Amino acid sequence: MDSETFDLLRNTVRRFVEERLIPAEDQVEQDDAVPEAIVSEMREMGLFGLSVPEEYGGLGLSMAEEAGIIREITRASVSFRSVIGTTVGIGSQGIVIDGTEAQKREWLPRLAAGEVIASFALTEPEAGSDAGSLRTTAVLEGDRYRINGTKRYITNAPRATMFTLMARTDQGVKGSGGISAFIVPADTPGISLGAPDRKMGQRGAKTCDVIFDDVMIPAENIIGGTPGLGFKTAMKVLDRGRIHIAAVSLGMCDRLIEMSLRYAMERRQFGSPIADFQLVQGMLADCKVDQLTTEALMNATAARFDAGEKVSLDCSALKYYASEAVGRIADRAVQIHGGAGYMAEYKVERFYRDVRLLRIYEGTSQIQQTIIAKAMLRAAASA
Amino acid sequence: MKVLVPVKRVIDYNVKPRVKMDGTGVDLANVKMSMNPFDEIAVEEAIRLKEKGVATEIIAVSIGVQKAQETLRTALAMGADRAILVLTEDDAEPLAVAKILKGIVDEEQPGLVILGKQAIDDDSNQTGQMLAALLGRPQGTFASKVEVAGDTVTVTREVDGGLETVALKTPAIVTTDLRLNEPRYASLPNIMKAKSKPLANKTPADYGVDTAPRLKTLKVEEPAKRQAGVKVADVDELIGKLKVLGVVA
Repeated sequence: MDSETFDLLRNTVRRFVEERLIPAEDQVEQDDAVPEAIVSEMREMGLFGLSVPEEYGGLGLSMAEEAGIIREITRASVSFRSVIGTTVGIGSQGIVIDGTEAQKREWLPRLAAGEVIASFALTEPEAGSDAGSLRTTAVLEGDRYRINGTKRYITNAPRATMFTLMARTDQGVKGSGGISAFIVPADTPGISLGAPDRKMGQRGAKTCDVIFDDVMIPAENIIGGTPGLGFKTAMKVLDRGRIHIAAVSLGMCDRLIEMSLRYAMERRQFGSPIADFQLVQGMLADCKVDQLTTEALMNATAARFDAGEKVSLDCSALKYYASEAVGRIADRAVQIHGGAGYMAEYKVERFYRDVRLLRIYEGTSQIQQTIIAKAMLRAAASA
Repeated sequence: MKVLVPVKRVIDYNVKPRVKMDGTGVDLANVKMSMNPFDEIAVEEAIRLKEKGVATEIIAVSIGVQKAQETLRTALAMGADRAILVLTEDDAEPLAVAKILKGIVDEEQPGLVILGKQAIDDDSNQTGQMLAALLGRPQGTFASKVEVAGDTVTVTREVDGGLETVALKTPAIVTTDLRLNEPRYASLPNIMKAKSKPLANKTPADYGVDTAPRLKTLKVEEPAKRQAGVKVADVDELIGKLKVLGVVA
């Protein structure tokens, strides 16, 4: 995309964030819900279609461009991002990357328009990053699969119209080889939702259990049509998702730094703004260094991803670094705000709780470390 | 009916303007620029007229530097059909703009010209009125409501005493006030599509207009800083202070 058009996109999103999303943040926190009017506006604006190719009605943004837009959106409460997050991420990307042409035509235009909201159902009570222990089963009966199992912490499940569901189709194959990815319409009989999860932060982002009880799904709903490739599909989408989370971290960094600067310049102690004190300056400088290093790593990784290079290790390193960096920044932001930073009426208190999840979802920091180290060891062993 | 919507590229309304050190004007280097908010309202009104089936084509026009093309792209993304950029490096004054617009109106023959009542950079509030005079056509300025029926445009105007309603025969000129409507956000897909909408490049010479400034700016300076106030205990003290200042007898 030419830079003039992208600037126009980004400026439009920035304005929407300033004029609509940021003013609604307190209401989202209070109601634990993103207002429907704002979901509609996000839909009209085309935000659900960021990552869907243009030929299927989306914007077809490159990873670098998607990251730029997500960074703008997450200057406002990260709960707004979660409204589109699952659709922009695996909900559409699984189909974009591995779907059949019929699946693409059926689902992508509606996903891009926000008519269909996707939710990704992988995690289970007994299985998270360890896909080998996935228990949800899909048993072939004629030309349909019978699906049984429970999925946990499923983001956007209450508003989903479609699940990308990971289930074991081959009971004989241990590990990830027997897993398939299904497109499951949310109104299929046998699907029920658990009570909404009560979380530490990210109020307004909806998660809950999804229970599949004898849910019958046509075999043609397997993404790509071939059973057993579900985990491979998920892996392909994960790299993109990790860059996306780094962009989320950066958007939150930007806002935390803005808030900290403003507070430090306004708050007076001992006769001068606390920004004049070198110990406060030290915290501000450390925030900036963390922001700049994250930005540099994200730009480099997104550019290499867009160039088609193999960047799984880099994506893990980026997600790990970015989420830890924004955690440090949020901690300093609260510290700069002093007593006020511990009070719910100041937004840094909410950011502090909200950023905590970034080090956990889409692979914990520890899972990322493991991925990075294993890749290093593999490379060294084959050298 | 064609609708012509002139739009101006101005300093963004969120930016705090800084005066240049030498006092010759406002420093625009690396400052965010956007469409004049009143013109944005004009674009929105034109789109609503098109959605009602009143307008058939919306032409956005901007007079200014090459970068004004971005402002036109915004208008196209919102819903204008095509655009005209009249390129000039001069800081075109209202009369020069009105003359160029007259040239475009003569060419395009729109039934309605809708533009902002003023631009937030120089606050001239002249272009619409001058254009109406040059064309010899009716004007409805400071519009808070616009209704079109046949060849009559009914404009509700915000005037000091309240609301005034005027009926104009088309072709007519309408200038917009803040409360006319709330402009939409351009959708992201429409921003992408705006790239492929036609944008014609023109110069003031194409309309036989010389944009060289007729006015000389003597000096631009920051408004005086507000002085800190004084707290008074009661009305008597307040009146005493006012008497000292000579404000009340």
